[in-house]
Amino acid sequence: MRKASWFNVGSVALGLAFLYLPIVILVIYSFNASRLVTVWGGWSTRWYSELIADRAMLESAWVTLRIALLSATAATVLGTLAAIALVRFGRFRGRLLFSGMVYAPLVMPEVITGLALLLLFVAVDVDRGFWTITIAHTTLITCFVTVVVQSRLVTFDVSLEEAAMDLGCPPLRTFLTVTLPLIWPAVAAGWMLAFTLSLDDLVVASFTTGPGATTLPIRIYSEVRLGVKPEINAICSILIAIVATGIVGASLLAKFHDVGRGGIGGLAAR
Amino acid sequence: MHGAIKKRGEHNRSWGARLIVLVPYLWLATFFLLPFLIVVKISFSHTAIAQPPYTPVFDPAAGWEGLKQALSALSFENYALLASDWLYLASYLKSLEVAAGSTLLLLLIGFPLAYGMARTPRRWQPIVFVLVVLPFWTSFLIRIYAWINILQRDGLLNQVLLALGIVDAPPAWLSTDTAVYIGIVYSYLPFMVLPIYATLEKMDETLIEAAADLGCPNWRAFWLVTVPLSRPGVVAGVLLCFIPIVGEFVIPDLLGSSQTMMIGQTLWTEFFGNKDWPVSSAVAVVLLCLLVVPIVIYQQMETRDPAGGR
Repeated sequence: MRKASWFNVGSVALGLAFLYLPIVILVIYSFNASRLVTVWGGWSTRWYSELIADRAMLESAWVTLRIALLSATAATVLGTLAAIALVRFGRFRGRLLFSGMVYAPLVMPEVITGLALLLLFVAVDVDRGFWTITIAHTTLITCFVTVVVQSRLVTFDVSLEEAAMDLGCPPLRTFLTVTLPLIWPAVAAGWMLAFTLSLDDLVVASFTTGPGATTLPIRIYSEVRLGVKPEINAICSILIAIVATGIVGASLLAKFHDVGRGGIGGLAAR
Repeated sequence: MHGAIKKRGEHNRSWGARLIVLVPYLWLATFFLLPFLIVVKISFSHTAIAQPPYTPVFDPAAGWEGLKQALSALSFENYALLASDWLYLASYLKSLEVAAGSTLLLLLIGFPLAYGMARTPRRWQPIVFVLVVLPFWTSFLIRIYAWINILQRDGLLNQVLLALGIVDAPPAWLSTDTAVYIGIVYSYLPFMVLPIYATLEKMDETLIEAAADLGCPNWRAFWLVTVPLSRPGVVAGVLLCFIPIVGEFVIPDLLGSSQTMMIGQTLWTEFFGNKDWPVSSAVAVVLLCLLVVPIVIYQQMETRDPAGGR
């Protein structure tokens, strides 16, 4: 048993306070009755009901959700394949370039990725909008899935797969019946990470968007530039509530530790 | 383990196995690599008032002759502009300064937090871990917006400062570098904490005990044992923060001043404001060259030790 010294408890407590205070304040102010965001005018759900009437905002939310679902799913397939290739295939031709392309988007400044993808879409002359954002997001978030799944594959006992194949199970069936069930928590965590990253993205979406595809971050950003508004407090609080419920629910469902670790832990614990 | 991989590798070189590599390979080549080549190409084009707003320099259909012609017609005017106009140099320097400063701050704040997390009793660790990770999952934009709420002139911070009598007149926090640093440190904290936590958590504590048994004072044991052992995590955290911060756009745009822009903002303005695609491409190419060294170090770490040695 470790001793929890005052210094350690203090630094964790301060760190958590720093992380949570702004969010808590934001949520509290979303229930402020006053239109002046800085003056407290009592509790009210007024801004939430105004939000429901805001068709443009709802439209954006729907577009964002569809893009996130599609691109997270595509990225999960691509990212899992890439992780298997990197962990299991040892050396293959072009591996260096491959791993470079897999890891680079993790740290690449988004303005560069966004600009590059837009120039590609212009060069091949496609109509920009829903599908270009979806493709761009898939490219952006695949690497995160790869990293998460990879961290699980590395600790995975290969002899299980070998046993199945020695007993005459074909490779695809081995993958579906042995490998996939075992790496499933990481795949699910990767999907969730990809999903929230897509929901969240402003920069790449701004570059690759077109008429009729204004995502929620793009809309929030253009409103925020004009100043703080109670409606924005409300929509942000709703988004926070959705994400928090999702994460806490998922951590309770799956074994808390494993998914949490496999998720962001896998991303950062390298 | 190694032999097993090899055996499986041989076993698996069927069309199915090729497909596993090929599908993500082709996707990334098309949507990640190719776009960069286009950026490089357009950065050598002339600006034109047209749609799209540049004149192409190279037509692949023209073949080898066309390529030679194109090479002689390459325009370095965009790069010359970047070198000659103080604005661009200033914003590159500003980006490096902000990235270096905030990475240092992140390390100073992140290390004690990670250390505290690793020393939390085992029972509580998963909970503390999820608590630190949770804000990361909420939207980046929302977290920056939350700070606008707090930092605006009549916002909560100034109300508290006035009430406590620390200041007489409310100072302006928004549109200052201080706000940018706060926003960056806040947003990137998990990227710094988690890699450090991962190395500290698996550190063998008997090493510290051994040092103590041999009469080494606590702070010296920390300095001689803990710090060197946490180095991989620190390096990963520093790179994971530094590289994206250099190209950061949203935080300086929403919290910072428009006096000295960071390079991400300059690129954005050139592109969306001035509609000058060749110049913004050139800005991107130079930014990438600036980041090549840290990115390569980062990739070396990745390829050598993809699972973080867990």
